[in-house]
This record gives sequence, structure tokens and C-alpha cells, in this order.
Amino acid sequence: MTEVASRNGIATLEVRDLVRDFVVGRERGRRQILRAVDGVSFDLVAGQTLALVGESGSGKSTVASVLAQLIRPTSGTIRLGGKLIGTRGRALRRYREEVQIVFQDPFASLNPFHTVDHHLRRPLRIHHRAGSKSEEDEQVLQLLERVNLFPVKRVAGKHPHELSGGQRQRVAIARALAPRPSVLLADEPVSMLDVSIRLEILNLIDQLKTEDNLAVLYITHDLATARHFSSRVIVMYRGEVVESGPADEVILAPKHPYTQLLASAAPDPRRPERRTQLPERTTQLLERRTQLLEGTTRGEGCRFAERCPSAMPVCATRPSLVDVGTAHQARCWLYDGAAGE
Amino acid sequence: MTAVLSVRDLTVDYAGAHPVHAVSEVDLELHRGELLGLAGESGCGKSTLAYAMTRLLRPPAEVRSGTVTFREPGGDEIDVFGLGGEELRRFRWKRVAMVFQGAMNALNPVISVRSQLEDVLDAHEPGLSKQERRRRCAELLELVGVDRRRLTSYPHELSGGMRQRVTIAMALALRPPVMIMDEPTTALDVVVQRDILNEITRLRTELGFAVLFITHDLSLLLEISDRIAIMYAGRIVEQASARELLERPRHPYSVGLLSSFPSIAGPRREMHGIPGHPPDLGEPIAGCPFAPRCPYRRPVCDELLPPLTPRDAALVACHAHEPSTYGVPAPDALLRGEFHPVAEAEVVS
Repeated sequence: MTEVASRNGIATLEVRDLVRDFVVGRERGRRQILRAVDGVSFDLVAGQTLALVGESGSGKSTVASVLAQLIRPTSGTIRLGGKLIGTRGRALRRYREEVQIVFQDPFASLNPFHTVDHHLRRPLRIHHRAGSKSEEDEQVLQLLERVNLFPVKRVAGKHPHELSGGQRQRVAIARALAPRPSVLLADEPVSMLDVSIRLEILNLIDQLKTEDNLAVLYITHDLATARHFSSRVIVMYRGEVVESGPADEVILAPKHPYTQLLASAAPDPRRPERRTQLPERTTQLLERRTQLLEGTTRGEGCRFAERCPSAMPVCATRPSLVDVGTAHQARCWLYDGAAGE
Repeated sequence: MTAVLSVRDLTVDYAGAHPVHAVSEVDLELHRGELLGLAGESGCGKSTLAYAMTRLLRPPAEVRSGTVTFREPGGDEIDVFGLGGEELRRFRWKRVAMVFQGAMNALNPVISVRSQLEDVLDAHEPGLSKQERRRRCAELLELVGVDRRRLTSYPHELSGGMRQRVTIAMALALRPPVMIMDEPTTALDVVVQRDILNEITRLRTELGFAVLFITHDLSLLLEISDRIAIMYAGRIVEQASARELLERPRHPYSVGLLSSFPSIAGPRREMHGIPGHPPDLGEPIAGCPFAPRCPYRRPVCDELLPPLTPRDAALVACHAHEPSTYGVPAPDALLRGEFHPVAEAEVVS
């Protein structure tokens, strides 16, 4: 089963069965492998945002790094516009024109020695986006206008340290837009920023998505903005997709016990029934969790079983993604008709 | 309600060629047994305020004015800034304990959990026998929901949540009536964060200590706090009960901050943060420090600093609620809790 978004439109980027292993050590001469991403499939569709949520260590940023071709997948395929992607030389450059990334930390992703102008001019030049010097000058200023950084001429002359975190992230977004990509990967784009400016940056990405018909992957641990800024949501747990579906369904009526746990743990003062106490069910979950070390076991069965209040004997076998609604899937035996047989 | 810790007129500067006024004229009371939330964004002075309250500030930070007073249950008062070496050592941890953000950095990586807990008891209750000390350490660990077998573990062997539990156990070692927690859950995943918050709530019910809980996450504070103080540019701009603040935020910054957190279950609607950024605290500010980002700004806001004034059930520092200086009644949109940014453009100075 795969997360097939082509129900809603033509996929710009198709990811199938993506696997990425890391060697984490050696024991008696044998390499210890950590499978950070395990069989992940999804589609990014033009003009739509797909949110990828999960806690730290779930593999969501590894997915972004593989899609940005910063690291290679161990196995699996990525298709851009229907064609298998190229991984070196001119084909890689072509891919980078189409698929751009905005990183989490705008303090680290801009070079402190260079001006804003330099950061925007480089991609324009590398990807031959301007015919002449004057055209290039003009495009640099246009990019700054598009991310609402004014006065543009003055901003262009600034160095990163002269800008606030939010302003730097706008520059990083402008830089990503420079090659005129069709896919934008946003890896926790606001989690390093002050709360009061986060929505402005997410609104900006949302607006650019509409204007340029971008396919956006929004990676986050924040369920509230995942719901508000995306049409579909994928939830990852320890490298696997455990639930995927329409944003409102996944966040408001989660099916997988892990998604349920995430949704009930997120702070939300407007949820009236809980001022200080959790629903009993979650409290039980948390008590079980307290006694467990993170990441110590990775057996054959369901990876969430040890924390799951609904764990059953069958959970010792790995569940597959099953349909739990229209275009909504969960990797859980609770919804698998075969479990009872 | 009696105050266990009171801050009066506290001003803290970071000295230098251009002194930075990190905390300006702050008044704050922590009541016995309550959870007081202190919310604000990076650079607003909330951590400086907490460090000043526990005498942890080091140069270039300087307390320019003000007092911090601790009240014993019997009514005796301790002037925190007047404490000398040995008195200060005895005051800390016994009366006021702290929990910091990076549990990883707050624990010593080369010492076992047991030794770190024993250190606290050793330093403050040197009379204990070895057995008694060991027993207390095990009890403390179990109090915060960590198995006593973890006593022999080293910090790197524990998950982030467990490490933070250990730092809370250390803070609880001497059963202080006041805990100051500076972003204790910020570096943790949401499920673990919830776990720690529940633990703090439970321990507070059991042991009855007061908490000053500092964070940038207002939505979290609204859930767990009795009262909340909101800081901006070194000053407290609004103070009210959590419920009052959620239902009737009065300061435009509070309104903007509240609307910066989309509700998980709320309707999809247009949402805005607060464009712009806080002022440079090294420069003199004539009027209201929030004025440049404020949609309800009028000329008086640039000229006169609004004092923190009682308005019904809240304290607010905003001209809009004072018709005599504002010139017109408070705008309806503000009273309805709406925040419409002045401009979408991000202007770089």
C-alpha cells in the first residue's frame, strides 16, 4: 500500500519504498545498521502541501535529505515529473533546479561572509536564470520583494548577522525560489524562530505555493500548523509511515494509536475538557512509556507495540498500511480485517 | 494569597559601551503553592529575571535597582540580594531550586545519577549517614517516576525525558517551597513534554511547592498555570489569571501572541503572527516598546511609556485601555481579541 496522492492530481514528485540505512557502529566485526527510513512512499502534488510529522528520530529529516539528494537512499525510487531522477552531473543540476530545500536553522544555512545579494545571485547564475547582469540585478530584487523583505536594495546589501531570524529565513526562502523550482522541501522551517513570527513565515510559504503552483513538503513536529497549512498529513514513527490521510482526518480523528497519543499530548488551551489533566487513556500510555528506554528495541513486529495501549499478540508481526477511510491509511492491526483470522 | 517570593522594581542591565536594559522596573509576586507562568520571546528578559531572583547573574549583568524578598512560612523575610556567601549557599536549593532547559548540560556526563543526587544532599545536609543518603536518592528518583535501578546510570544512558526527571529530582531533594523552571520542556518531544508536565503537576499537588514556569510557549502555559505574566522588551506588559488571559487578553502583544498559536482543533481561518521584531534594548525607548509592531498604535504610544495598571481582573501596560491618554475608547477589535498586522512587509532597518 502506498500513499498515492494522484487521486487529487498529477504527482510532481513520486517517492516509492524509500529506505535509508546508517551504519551506527560495529560489534564483533559486524556493522550495526540503523534503518532511519523504512519503506516510505508518498506523492508531492503541485499546488498542495503535504505535512510530514513525527518526533525527533522518526526519520522525517532523513527523508528531506534524501529528497534534496544530500544523501543517497539505500533503496527505493524517486520520480520527478514521471521520470526516474538523475543523481550526478548535469542531471543532478537539473534536479536541483526543480527541487529546493529550506533548512531549519537560518543562522547556519546562510554564509556569514556573504551578503544577501550574493546568496540570491549565486543560484540565479548557476542555473542560468538571467540573460544579463542587469536582468540578474532585477531578479535579485524581485526575489526579495516576493518574500516581503523591504526596502529591497538595502536588504540586498546586508550580511546575515544584520538580520533577525525571521528575516534570514525569508532570505533562505528567496534563495530556494531563485532556480524557479517546482518542489519546495521545508524542513522544520519555523522551529528555530520566535513564536510571534512563525505564522508569518508559514503564511509566506503558503502564498508562494499558490503563486508558483509549488509542491510543498512541510516537515514539522507541530500538529496544529501541520493541519492548518497542509491538505494531507503523513505521520512517521521510527522510520515508518504509521498513518497518512487528509489533514483534518489524521489530526482531528486519528486512527493509529501513536497519532492519537501525539494529538492528545499537544498543548491546546482551547481544548476545554483538559485544563491540567490528560484523558485517562493517555495517562496510562505515558506511565508505560516512563518505564521504557527510547529506541532500545526494534523487533520484527509493530514498532509502537511497546507503548501501545491496544497491543495484542498479533502485534508481534509487522502490520501493513491498511485503508481506514477515503485516502486514509493506518499501519495497525486494529484496522486489519485479516488480524482476526 | 501570601507571596513566597516578591520582586520589586527590579532593573537589570548588561554593562558595556551600550548598556542593554534586559529587565526594567519589574514587579512580580509568586504566591505560595501557585504555578505562575512567565511568557515571552527570546531576548525579552525572562531568563535574566529568573537568574536575578536566584542570584545567579554574573557580570556583565548588573542589578541596577530593586529587591527580591523570600518569605518563610512563619512570616520571616529574607532579602535575597542581601545574602552573603554561606547564607546564600544555604538559601539556594533549600528555599529556591532551579530546573534549566538543557537537562543534558545540567547534568555532569561523567558522574552517575546517584553521585549527582548525593552531591546535593552532601552539600546541604552533611549530617546524613551513607545509608540514609542512598535511601533518599532512591526515593527521590522514584518520586519523579524513574526506576531506582537508574541510580547507577550515567546521563548519556538516559533518554531526554528521564534526564529532565533527574534534574527535577535534584531540585526536589531538599523539598524547597519554590521551584524556578526555565524552559524545562522545550528541548523535548511533545509526548515526553506532556509526560514531564503531568509529573510537575502531580508533584506540586503532593508537595505543595510554588513554581515560576518560564517558557516561550504560551499555549502550554495557558494549560498549566494559575496566573500568567507576559514580558516584552524587559517589562511585564500584562498579568492575569490563565483563564482571564485566554478569554480576555488586553495587551495587543498578548492578543498577537495568542493568535500566533493555531488551535489544533479550531476552524481553519486566516492566521497571523506579529510582523516585525522586538526593539534593541541597548537603545533608549521613549514610548511603548511594542508600538512599532502594534496595530492599535496612536501618537501617544510613541511618546509615553504606559505603566502597568489594574484593569478589572488584570494588570495591563497599554494606553489603549486609558481613554484619557489614548484620546478615544479602546478599539472594539482589541477588546474582541483580534490582531490584524499593520503591514505584511518585513522592513529591515
